Amino acid sequence: MSSNSFDIEKIARLARLKLTAEEQTRLGQQFTGILEHIDQLNQLDTESVEPTSHVLPLQNVFREDEAKQIFSDGKFLLLAPRQDKDHYEVPQII
Amino acid sequence: MHQPTITQAHHHLLEKKYSAVELLDAVYKRIDAVDGQVQAYVHLTRDIARQQAEEADRKLAAGEDAPLLGVPIAIKDLICMKDTRTTCASHILENFVSPYDATVVKRLKEAGAVLIGKTNMDEFAMGSSNENSYFHPTKNPWNLNHVPGGSSGGSGAAVAANECMGALGSDTGGSIRQPAAFCGVTGLKPTYGRVSRFGLVAFASSFDQIGPMTKTAEDAAVLMNVIGGHDPMDSTSADIELPDFTATLSNDIKGLRIGIPKEYFAEGLNADVEKAVQEAIRHLESMGMQTVEVSLPHTEYAVATYYILACAEASANLSRYDGVKYGYRSKHSDNLLDMYTNTREEGFGEEVKRRILLGTFVLSSGYYDAYYLKGQKARTLIKQDFEEAFKKCDVMAGPIAPATAFKLGEKLDDPLQMYLSDIFTISANLAGIPAMSIPCGQSSDNLPIGLQLMGKHFDEATLLNVAHQYQTTTDHHLKHPEL
Repeated sequence: MSSNSFDIEKIARLARLKLTAEEQTRLGQQFTGILEHIDQLNQLDTESVEPTSHVLPLQNVFREDEAKQIFSDGKFLLLAPRQDKDHYEVPQII
Repeated sequence: MHQPTITQAHHHLLEKKYSAVELLDAVYKRIDAVDGQVQAYVHLTRDIARQQAEEADRKLAAGEDAPLLGVPIAIKDLICMKDTRTTCASHILENFVSPYDATVVKRLKEAGAVLIGKTNMDEFAMGSSNENSYFHPTKNPWNLNHVPGGSSGGSGAAVAANECMGALGSDTGGSIRQPAAFCGVTGLKPTYGRVSRFGLVAFASSFDQIGPMTKTAEDAAVLMNVIGGHDPMDSTSADIELPDFTATLSNDIKGLRIGIPKEYFAEGLNADVEKAVQEAIRHLESMGMQTVEVSLPHTEYAVATYYILACAEASANLSRYDGVKYGYRSKHSDNLLDMYTNTREEGFGEEVKRRILLGTFVLSSGYYDAYYLKGQKARTLIKQDFEEAFKKCDVMAGPIAPATAFKLGEKLDDPLQMYLSDIFTISANLAGIPAMSIPCGQSSDNLPIGLQLMGKHFDEATLLNVAHQYQTTTDHHLKHPEL
């Protein structure tokens, strides 16, 4: 892994973030330092090590698929910046 | 009014020394007097609290009791409380009103607590100083030019400044323990899965845990009894028995083995911190605990591992903030894609953007194996370090942070230095074990120092027992800042 490969414009696009030119420069410099530190992990031989995604020995946790009415007063929809009757409003898509 | 602990306040209320409304008024009076300087709160819930206090007084008059009946508690502002704002100290959630109670809030209400307000934090719990709050930085009550730590700095400062009896924080990489140490209060990060995360706004879901920040270990045990335990609403909450944590506080700690991880006393540890922590360990030895040297050889890789994994999880969790269903929406967009990007650009602060970008990078095509998978494997090695070490001891002790609370602004321009200050706390999150901070002294410039105690999975009881025994024979936790 090489920290030179950090293409900040591309990553910002993937993350749906719009950065100013000044932010791009400053964050780009900071990432160089942070990724250099992260590259320390290359010193570790992890060839035969299993990855840990979760610390508890939990298997799939299932429950009956029962429909429940938790909120009946349309509160969730009212939290939206823009809504109309029973749907969310967003700007033009195409 | 005297500065009571949760336990004392509860007794006083039962003895009718004062009413719940009188206690609440005294706490708000204190907040009105000092919070202009400390700025621990982002908003107060005066009306709700008064109703709860009046209800508590009715119950007290009727001879009823509950574990927290009438006791004023503060909540970190990333835990949902029905019909009040939950901002995460972010512009993007500035006006978000929770439509439901988090499980911990529901349990506090059932236990009779009076919920007085929401405390400040680093935006989305990302930070170690509270300077990343969208609203304002919280100040350390011991020295207003210093940070309270983070991300639960508001809760830590509120407890230290006696602006509440106790508070809830959350800990993803040290966010309860480090501010507890910096502010001179007691803080417990429970085992991952011990406390329900339902209604806790997600940062890094495989690390986040809610826990108590209090004046004493006894109070932490009282709060853990209320907030802990299985919750069907959180599929990662552990379905195992919740012990009565107050029942074992007085157990004799004689003969318990205390592991001292040698990597936690390496070069770079501030001399005052080392001295106070070593003295605390000697004190525990004098109480009959047996010290054993242990090793956590992968400690130096913890920060790198944590920032890969926590940022990866954060980048996925925070993708939900897109201006559609709730929260802030940019007004400067003609089409949907612009609306997403403008909303996120305007709504998030710089540290949040930094972590979303880092997380997006380590998960992106071509880099996943080199970073994310590598990080998950390093996490296994760190977890195994603890499994090995705990074969030789019952608890481990060490410092919380390499130094005491730093000055406001000191690390703001150097994110890597800020991340590295979490070196001693993040391993517990990577391994999922419980860990706590208790006050163990002060530096030459009068700032608090925290002792870290780390325990085996689901063994908070031993941590609280050791901490309580330490506090019954020392007075570091009784010191209060002058404000």
